[in-house]
Amino acid sequence: MDYNLMREFADSWGLVAMALFFVGAIAFALRPGSRKMADEAAQIPLEDGRS
Amino acid sequence: MKFGTEIVLLSLFAFAAFVAAGFGVDEPFRQHMLVLLIALLGFAAVLLRNTSFAPAAAVDPSAYMDGPIRYGAIATMFWGIVGMTVGVVIALQLAYPDLNIQPWFNFGRLRPLHTSGVIFAFGGNALLCTSMYVVQRTCRARLFGGNLGWFVFWGYQLFIVMAATGYLLGITESREYAEPEWYVDIWLTIVWVAYLILFLGTILKRKEPHIYVANWFYLSFIVTIAMLHVINNLSMPASFLGSKSYSAFSGVQDALTQWWYGHNAVGFFLTAGFLGMMYYFVPKQANRPVYSYRLSIIHFWALIFLYIWAGPHHLHYTALPDWAQTLGMAFSIMLWMPSWGGMINGLMTLSGAWDKLRTDPIIRMMVMAIAFYGMSTFEGPMMSIKTVNSLSHYTDWTIGHVHSGALGWVGMISFGAIYYMVPKLWNRERLYSLRLVTWHFWLATLGIVVYAAVMWVSGIMQGLMWREYDEQGFLVYSFAETVAAMHPYYVMRAIGGAMYLSGALIMAWNITMTILGYQREEDPMPGSVPAFQPKRSGARNWA
Repeated sequence: MDYNLMREFADSWGLVAMALFFVGAIAFALRPGSRKMADEAAQIPLEDGRS
Repeated sequence: MKFGTEIVLLSLFAFAAFVAAGFGVDEPFRQHMLVLLIALLGFAAVLLRNTSFAPAAAVDPSAYMDGPIRYGAIATMFWGIVGMTVGVVIALQLAYPDLNIQPWFNFGRLRPLHTSGVIFAFGGNALLCTSMYVVQRTCRARLFGGNLGWFVFWGYQLFIVMAATGYLLGITESREYAEPEWYVDIWLTIVWVAYLILFLGTILKRKEPHIYVANWFYLSFIVTIAMLHVINNLSMPASFLGSKSYSAFSGVQDALTQWWYGHNAVGFFLTAGFLGMMYYFVPKQANRPVYSYRLSIIHFWALIFLYIWAGPHHLHYTALPDWAQTLGMAFSIMLWMPSWGGMINGLMTLSGAWDKLRTDPIIRMMVMAIAFYGMSTFEGPMMSIKTVNSLSHYTDWTIGHVHSGALGWVGMISFGAIYYMVPKLWNRERLYSLRLVTWHFWLATLGIVVYAAVMWVSGIMQGLMWREYDEQGFLVYSFAETVAAMHPYYVMRAIGGAMYLSGALIMAWNITMTILGYQREEDPMPGSVPAFQPKRSGARNWA
């Protein structure tokens, strides 16, 4: 496993995998129907009755 | 027996430190081990005085564990004052070199004490205590692992003491923001892994199905710092009883490793961690949910995907390959988007409640922090552009930029979080004084403005003087002439820093009085609607 091998992997499959993961994460956050869940999650800090 | 294991272990480690102090191969190491011996023995003595043989009271598993958080809030305040005081001292040393006291208190040794003091001691304790506060309250679960929280807190304080005294003794790895030598690094690794277990364990036993976004930011901070710290500090000690070690990297690889660490310390320690703070304490103080929760998720992913590549912009026009420099610059500029998305998200959380800016100085502090987050994350990418960097690099402009981020963003959001937490942690109705918070706010804000503006002028002047050629191609100014020209700015910078420090001192007074249970008799904040007050005492019986 020398530098060139890692470098080649990093700027081909590694790059594709990270880009896809990133796009997937954004798409998942914006998927239809996520608004209701997000609004509920946003209330989490405010719902703590203890303090 | 209460503290039994702890006392035995502390004594054993103290003995080991004693042996190391005797057999150390260099003088600074022997002195450093004596410091360790005193610290461990002192702590063991405190535990011995507080031990008891009575069976321990049962712990309520549903109650939050706030002990380490209370200590952490006090430690944040204490180390903040220490770090900022050292900052003012070294600012004065730059203006008046006679203030260098050899050998322990010269600029070279005090400067890492200041940077580590404010970043790791002040900022680190703020992150430690707020993360423990937030994770319990958003997961609705007690901290994981029994006394693990206490170990993390005290272990981290020991790291700070060892790092700080090491610098003063002249022990350094010379790696920016990672100066402690190998044995202190190993100790921090142990503490940090415990911190990760503490945090993850609490998340895993949560009663709330969703993991609130603040915890994502805190977790990314903990995980990334662990990775950065371990790789940046890969080194071989010259002796197992000596203070010197050699890095596993050399040349440009070493430089890149260092700035990969250095910049991501800014990205994940000073940004991601404090964003976790923002996403909890701003909604809490404003009493409204975050403006867009989905934007906060995108903020998170974009920030962690982009930040990790930005480090090479610290090495423009060096031996680092050109493509790597350009990569660092490109990713830095892309960071504008998540940074400003996050800033807008934080500020818009107040939409519909902007009147609170007039009546609530804590909200004002948080808003100022977010504004500085936006400003410094605009300035930083701009400075990473190679043509701008050729003027700004190595000048005071960089120092001004760092301080607008550190004093403005990191400092102000931490102050806001501490002001919010302290009355809750000690069950006080309110802070000792809101008017003192206003004083703190203005002293800090004006201090930053003075500091940053002076450093812009000084830095750009410095950069322009360095590159000034005459018609025959000779440099016009010698280096010493640029230093002399900067003297008035150095004095003004020290004044700006002193204003910021005096604000922090007012805060320390305010927090101390709050903890002691006092409430200052004062008029309500102007603009706030006067509450119905039948009489001064016992007014709460109708509530």
